[in-house]
Order: sequence, then C-alpha cells, then structure tokens
Amino acid sequence: MFELIGVPPQALFGQLLLGLINGAFYALLSLGLAVIFGLMNVINFTHGAQYMMGAFCAWMLLTYFGIPYWGALVLAPIIVGLFGVLIERLFISRLYHLDHLYGLLLTFGLALIVEGLFRREYGISGLPYSNPIPGGTNLGFMFLPWYRAWVVVFSLTVCLATWFVIEKTQLGAYLRAATERPDLVQAFGINVPRMITLTYGFGVGLAALAGVLAAPIYSVNPVMGANLIIVVFAVVVIGGMGSIMGSIITGFGLGVIEGLTKVFYPEASNTVIFIIMAVVLMLRPQGLFGTPK
Amino acid sequence: MNMERARSWDLRVFAALVALGLLAPLVVYPVFLMKVLCFALFACAFNLLIGYVGLLSFGHAMFFGFAAYVAGHLAKVGTVSLPFGLPFLGWHWIVIPIPPLTPELAILGGVLVAALLGVIVGAIAIRRQGIYFAMVTLALAQMVYFLCVQAKFTGGEDGIQAIPRRPILGLLDVGNDFTFYYVVLAIFCAGFLIIYRTIHSPFGQVLKAIRENEARAISLGYAVSRFKLIAFVISAALAGLAGATKAMVFQLASLTDVTWQMSGEVVLMTLVGGMGTVFGPAVGAGIIIYMQNYLAGFGEWVLVIQGVIFVVAVLLFRRGIVGELVAFFRRRAAKPAEPAAAIGLAKPAE
Amino acid sequence: MRCKLMAVLAAAAVSAGAGAAQAQYSDGVIKLGVMNDQSGTYSDLSGQGSVWAAKKAIEDFCKTTTCHDKIEVVFADHQNKPDVGSNIVRQWFDVDKVDVVVDVPTSSVALAVNTITKEKNKVFLVSGAAASNLTGKDCTPNTIHWTYDTWALANGTGQAIVKTGGDTWFFLTADYAFGHALERDTEAVVVKNGGKVLGKVRHPFPAQDFSSFLLQAQASKAKIIGLANAGADTTNAIKQAAEFGIVSGGQNLAGLLVFITDVHALGLKTAQGLIFTEAWYWDANDANRAFAKEFGAANRGNMPTMVQAGVYSAVLHYLKAVHEMKSDADGAAVVAKMKAMPTDDKLFGKGSIRQDGRKIHDMFLFEVKKPQESKGPWDYYKIRATIPADQAFRPLNEGECPLVK
Repeated sequence: MFELIGVPPQALFGQLLLGLINGAFYALLSLGLAVIFGLMNVINFTHGAQYMMGAFCAWMLLTYFGIPYWGALVLAPIIVGLFGVLIERLFISRLYHLDHLYGLLLTFGLALIVEGLFRREYGISGLPYSNPIPGGTNLGFMFLPWYRAWVVVFSLTVCLATWFVIEKTQLGAYLRAATERPDLVQAFGINVPRMITLTYGFGVGLAALAGVLAAPIYSVNPVMGANLIIVVFAVVVIGGMGSIMGSIITGFGLGVIEGLTKVFYPEASNTVIFIIMAVVLMLRPQGLFGTPK
Repeated sequence: MNMERARSWDLRVFAALVALGLLAPLVVYPVFLMKVLCFALFACAFNLLIGYVGLLSFGHAMFFGFAAYVAGHLAKVGTVSLPFGLPFLGWHWIVIPIPPLTPELAILGGVLVAALLGVIVGAIAIRRQGIYFAMVTLALAQMVYFLCVQAKFTGGEDGIQAIPRRPILGLLDVGNDFTFYYVVLAIFCAGFLIIYRTIHSPFGQVLKAIRENEARAISLGYAVSRFKLIAFVISAALAGLAGATKAMVFQLASLTDVTWQMSGEVVLMTLVGGMGTVFGPAVGAGIIIYMQNYLAGFGEWVLVIQGVIFVVAVLLFRRGIVGELVAFFRRRAAKPAEPAAAIGLAKPAE
Repeated sequence: MRCKLMAVLAAAAVSAGAGAAQAQYSDGVIKLGVMNDQSGTYSDLSGQGSVWAAKKAIEDFCKTTTCHDKIEVVFADHQNKPDVGSNIVRQWFDVDKVDVVVDVPTSSVALAVNTITKEKNKVFLVSGAAASNLTGKDCTPNTIHWTYDTWALANGTGQAIVKTGGDTWFFLTADYAFGHALERDTEAVVVKNGGKVLGKVRHPFPAQDFSSFLLQAQASKAKIIGLANAGADTTNAIKQAAEFGIVSGGQNLAGLLVFITDVHALGLKTAQGLIFTEAWYWDANDANRAFAKEFGAANRGNMPTMVQAGVYSAVLHYLKAVHEMKSDADGAAVVAKMKAMPTDDKLFGKGSIRQDGRKIHDMFLFEVKKPQESKGPWDYYKIRATIPADQAFRPLNEGECPLVK
C-alpha cells in the first residue's frame, strides 16, 4: 500500500521513530521555555546557550573530573541551573516591572555573551563525547541505537513529571497562582521572588538536561543551541505558550512531522516547522493549545 | 508649540549631519562611510516599527538581505524566473527576460520585493503582539533564510558576487567609491525623510495612538490592523532599500544579510542609539559599525562585547545615547510638563 | 587626502633618490595579508597556524637569501563571511597597502577576494579554499590556487576508492552549491571508473541530525557512503554513523573534504576507516616532521594541516619571484613570474604552476587508522595511494579558464 507513495514501509517507520526522537528534544526544550514563560512571562533567549552549556558541562565533567554520563545527567542541570539562578537574581529580576520585550533583549544579549565566550575558548570544530550506551537492536525496519531509545523514554518521563508537578501538585498550584497575582500570593506569606528564581533555575536545568542528552549524538560545539532555539520558538508559538501539556505534545508531534518530511521532501525539512507555524497563525493565532485572547 | 521647537531642532541637527556627511569622505574611507549609511537607514527603518508602533521585529534582516539578493540579481543577470506549482506536482517556471539593470533600477526592484515580502509577513505576524510578534518575525525570518540557502539565484553559500555597478541612469559613472558615496548619501537622506514624514503626519499620530492605547484606538473606529500593516510594509520597504543599496556598495549579496544575527544587530544599533528617537538609530549604527571595524581582529570578542552592550543597555541605558541626551536637555530646559520618554512598547493584549 | 598626497610625493622622492640598483617595492615594503577563519569552523585548519607558516616561510627565505627587503605580515579574521572578507581585503588594498592576500578558506570568500584582487591588480594565493572555479571560469591573472580543490578531491577520492574495490556509492550531500559541486564531480569520477551510484540524499545545510539520511544510506547497501559536505556537517554525520554501526556493518565512509583537525576532533574510535584525499601529511617524511615539530611547539601541540603547509609553500615561492623581479607592484606580472618559475620547497618538493593558476603536486589518498594502530597523538593516517601530479588535477582544457587559449 505504501509503495504507492513511493516509499517502502521500512523507511517510513524508521523515519517516524527518528522523528519521535527529535521530537523529544523539541519537547524538552520547549517545555523549559514554556515553564519559564508561563510562570514568569519572560522569553528566555538564553535557552539555546544554556542547552549548549549543559552539553559542555557534561564534557567538562568527563574530561576534568572523570564523571561519566550518568553523573553528568544529574550534575550538569544542577550546575547550569545554578548559573541560571545567578543571572536571574543579577539581571532578569530587574526587568519585571518593565515590558516583557526587555527580558527578551536581555536574554538575547546574555546568549551572545555565553556563545561568544565558549567560541573563544573552544573554537567551533566540536568536542567528542562518547556514547554511554553503544550498540542497538535491529527492529527489522531499522537499526535502533539503544541510546536514542533511552532519549525518548527519558525525555517523555521528565516532561510528564514536570507537567504533573506544575498542574497537579500544591507547589505547582502556588507557582501558577504567583504568575497571576504575585501580590496576593505574597500576602499569603509565600516567598514569591524566591519561587520565581527557582522556577527560572528549573527551566534552565531542563535546557541543560537536554544538552546532556544531546552530547553523545550531536557535536558538542558552542553553536549547537543557536539555530535550534529558533525552531523551538516556532514550536512554542505553534503549541501556544500558556499550556505545558501543549508544548510537550507539539514538540513530539512536530518532530514526527519533520521526520516524515525528510522522507517525502527532504529539502524542506528545515522549513516545514516554520511553514506550519505560519499556517497555524493564520488559522488559530493563539496556538493549538493556547487560550484565546 | 513644543512640537515646532522639536521640529526646528530636528531640522538643524539634520542639516548639520548632512554637512558632515558631505565632507566626511575627504577624511574617512568612503566604503566604511557607505556601510554606516546603509546600516543607519536599516536601523531607522527598524526603529519606525519599534519606536512608533511598538512592535519589536526580530526578523528585519529578511527584508534587508532578500532585497540585497534581488537587487544583486537584477544588476548582474536581470532575467527573473518565478516558480509556480506545488512541490509534489513539480515546479514550473515563468521566465521574464530582463537585461541586467542599472543600480537605481536594481535597487528599486529590491525595494518593491521587500515591500511585497513585508505584506506577506506582516499579514501573518500582525495577528500577534509583543513578544509573540517578535518570535513570529524571528521564525519567519529564519524560514526566509533557509529559502535563500536553497534558491538557485542566491548562489547559496557563495552569495551573488561581482555585482556590477553600471552608470546610474546610464549617465553618472559610479565605479569610483568616492562618487558612489554621494549617491548613497542621497539615498539615505531620502529614506530618512520618508520616515520623518511618516512619523510627523496624521498617519503617524494614529500610530502613536495605537501604541499608547490600542483598545481606545479601536473604539474610536480606526482599523488598527491595517495601520500596523502599512507601517510594517513601509518599514520593510525601507529596510529593503538599505539592503539593496548595500549590495550595490559592496557588489556582493550573501547569506549573512539574512541571518538572525543580523536581525539582532539592528536591534542592538537601535537600542544603543535610542529607540523611538529620530536620530538615535543612525548614531547607534555608526557606533556599532565602528566598533565592529575596530575590533575586527578580535573575532568572537565582538560577539561578547555586543552581548555586553545589549545587557548594559537594557539594564541601564534603555533610552539609548540619543534618548539620554534628549532627556538631559529636557531636564536642563526645566520643562516640567514632558515626562522622560520611556519607550512605550505595545502592551500584549492577552 | 593632503596627508596621502604628501606621503606619495615623499615616497616618490625617496625611491627616485635611492637609485635604480635597489629593489623598488611599493611603499618600500612587501606586505602580506593572511586572511582566514580565526574563530569559527575552519580556525583549526587555518587560523593562526597559517600566519605562523607565512612567517616561517619569510624566515626560511631570508636565511638563504639576503633580505634587504622589509617584509611584513598582517592577518585578519574573515569569519567565513564573504562580506567581512571583501571588506577587509578592500581596506587592505586601498588603505593599508597590502600587496598579496594569502590563504582564505571558504570558497564564497575566496571568490569575492578573487574579484577584488583582479580589480586592484594585486596578488591572491589561495591555500584554504576549495572552489575549482578559481582555476576554471573564474580564473584571473592575479590568482594562484595552491593546495587543493574540489576537482582534485573528487577525483582522488572517487577514483582511488573505486579502483580499490569501493564501486557502489551512496551520496549524502549538503544542499548548497558547494555540496552539489562536490557530489557532481565525484559522481562523474565514480561512473567514469566503472562504479555505480546507488542513490543520493540531500540534507539541509547546516544540519544537526543525520539519522534519517544515514538510515537511507544504510538501506541502500552501497559499499561507500560519500559525504559531500564539510566542517561540522561532516563530523556530525561521521559521529552519528558510528552510532548506527555503519562502519562496523561493513560500509565505509568517504569524506570528500576532511582535514586532520576534523579527525582530531572526532577521535580515532569514531573516525576509523574514513577514506579521503589530502595534499600533505605531517608524518609523511622527515622534512614534514621537522616542520611539524616546530609548528607544534608554537601552536599548542597541534599538527599542521595541508592548508597551513600550502601557505608556507606559496609565500616562499612568492618571495622568490618578487626578489628576482625586484618589484611587487604589478600583481599580474608577479603571478606571471611565479608561473614561469618551477616551485621547489621542503614541504611539497618540486612542482609547477599552470597557465590557469593551478599549482601542481602529488595528492594522497589516506585512511584513518584504527585506535590500536596509532602510536601516539596525531598519528592518524595510513596512506592508501599516491595520485601523481599530472593526474591529480583537472586537465587544463576542461576548466573553461579564459586565460587558457
């Protein structure tokens, strides 16, 4: 049946699976962005740079301290998250009373600084980071490396856990309330600025986690986040910024669509997400899962 | 009355700058000056959108760069092949044979295409505001970037090289950088005056009203979206003018002109110079280009320094250099009525 | 402008008074500009290493010949962008009185510099860039293409691989002009030598994830997967190929543009088995090793790439030509002299420069060693074949260069 489209089923399923894996990265990154924006109304342009820092942190932990991948999976998000906390306290918090666009500009500037410093230090060629789970299994229609399977399972778990915490727990409820009426929430005795700081740190930690996941399969280089972040922006716009579950679903979904495009019309695989974004904006400006104005 | 004083000041400053511009190539390398002028026009066009409509476009490089490509193609090859059809059904091409054009016609072509692109992008982007608008423009600009990478006429990574500089109108030979500089100066002045006229016109007043309080403007019966779209298209067209001119100056159109880093640079120039001020963007452009030139030997330090300037400007110097100067003079003139000009970016309606 | 006028008059007076016997270099100095990528994708294979190589060439030249001449080297970073590069070069020529531009990796920049150099009648010695058009339809009397080009790479790698058994190919191509050219040239060579191309896929440029394309390559069962891309795309593709077990599954990767710095970045475990063509390898003979040792001492232990070796060779030959002519003012004349003189240096041995500006020397087909075969850092290559100089480059009459009658 599939031969009618000129594509054998093996290739199709193979690409779908790979698309799911890419989608995992999109989902994890857009989740971090959505958490930060949803709870702080700040567009974190530094997200791409923090993703890159996560990968570099993993590399540094391995090279200088001999800490392998599994340790880096825990440590790198914490370290980079602390860095995030630092910049939130020092810089971002000063802009809350202003228009949100200044936050965007500030984080853009920070991204330039981080990227520039890493480029200065490490060049662009990319650093090697070995695969912690080499090998794979032959599924018949494709060869699935274990590591890629791990990426999907792990990011899905993290995404769902985050969603659960924010939507279903008391902590999450406080966070959501604090976005809408920080003054009231503060009046109840909850330390709102600290919550916001920790939220930012958490979002940054998610980006760094994605970076650690990426290190073994993509080249660890200072520009790895730069172009990815714009795709993630498109994902977030499509998904609608308000919803956490929306960004998870959209992330995975768009990864799959991108994978399909690679089969049928590979030259467009870079632009298909933007085309979808344009279409969604024409038909449903608030995004697929966003709340209408 | 205050407006008239402001206008006469503006006129005086403009005259002084033009005089400076006429004499500058005797002292400074003309190619550097032309670069500054092109980017100053680009920044002024961008500023029209952010300063007076309150929309931060993070993808303005798409107009700048795409117009550069169009102008370069028209000047070098001329013949235009337009695709139509769907990818799955196969592309078909309409070929319009044109001889290679003289610079002013090539630039005009670039401007028209930029305006058309502005209509398309604007129609999609205007639907959102504030940060969403910024992100949408960024994403669409990235799409244009990828299209430019793929399209045959752009030459991909090579860009369009060796763009010829034919005599303008067939008469004025502009092969010499010195001569061409005055042409570029004239183009800049024209673009600048168009922006100035747009701001200080009834149309500009409506834009200001929309920026201040969109809901009220709607309730007064203004077709707000249409006004925003028109302003967007004007801004896009003038950014295209800057880009097309730049292609003629350097005889080169490349992918750098459509990257998001270029979009970020024009934001930086405007921010440093002063968003929402008349002369700020030009000043900002001059400073940033000078810095890039001066620090060209230092590679990524330029990136880091630009980032630092961004951060410092956003935290401390939101009004930009010209904005701070204006505020300073206002304080000195001790006119209590006018509050310090904080930039009124469009309030997101959600 | 007044100051410039005075400077010109002064210089004229000095040179007139100096007498005809001494060499009359423009502005009294031979100024070389080394322009390349100092901070980005190609900074490791060219960068400051090329600047060192140029200075070493000057040093070695002045050891064998008495240098009355003042020779200066300036350098700049073109950041792989044609507009930055052309800006710098214009300023160098117009304002800074640079006489010759050297290196310039990244074909788009090189093509831009090529045009400007012809316009201003200076000299352009290309070591880093690959575009074979520089000695083809874009050739000028002011440019010499020194180290390698896409045709030589395609021909060397394609032909040699087919002859050693790799007769079925699948191409993974970067979807931009350079990638297309590389694919086109290599495909022509493969087919000409009796091989077959089983399929091709184009990936966006730049790309992060090659998994889907590699999947297709694996499914094709071609013996050789040709990587018609460069830089980060190549290293990414190679890394991910290792992940999918492509090499251990019996297929070989053929990098069409790979440098030793890429292999260093990948590590032997990932890069082993990779086959590609280069013009020069530091560990090939004693002269190269000596040069490499000095280079390493000054460049953080890195070994020189063929691009940096090419810079050395080109600058040395340029200085010889200029010294014989006693003048560097007329770029086209200097280049004509360089073409007339046979080349000879310790790194590339004896060679020559053709009418179209193409420098001729042997090219080599290398294979990356397995980790257990390597005896130390940077010991990466084993040689698979030598392609003699007269076969390594595109035949003179096939290039469409207007200089070739």
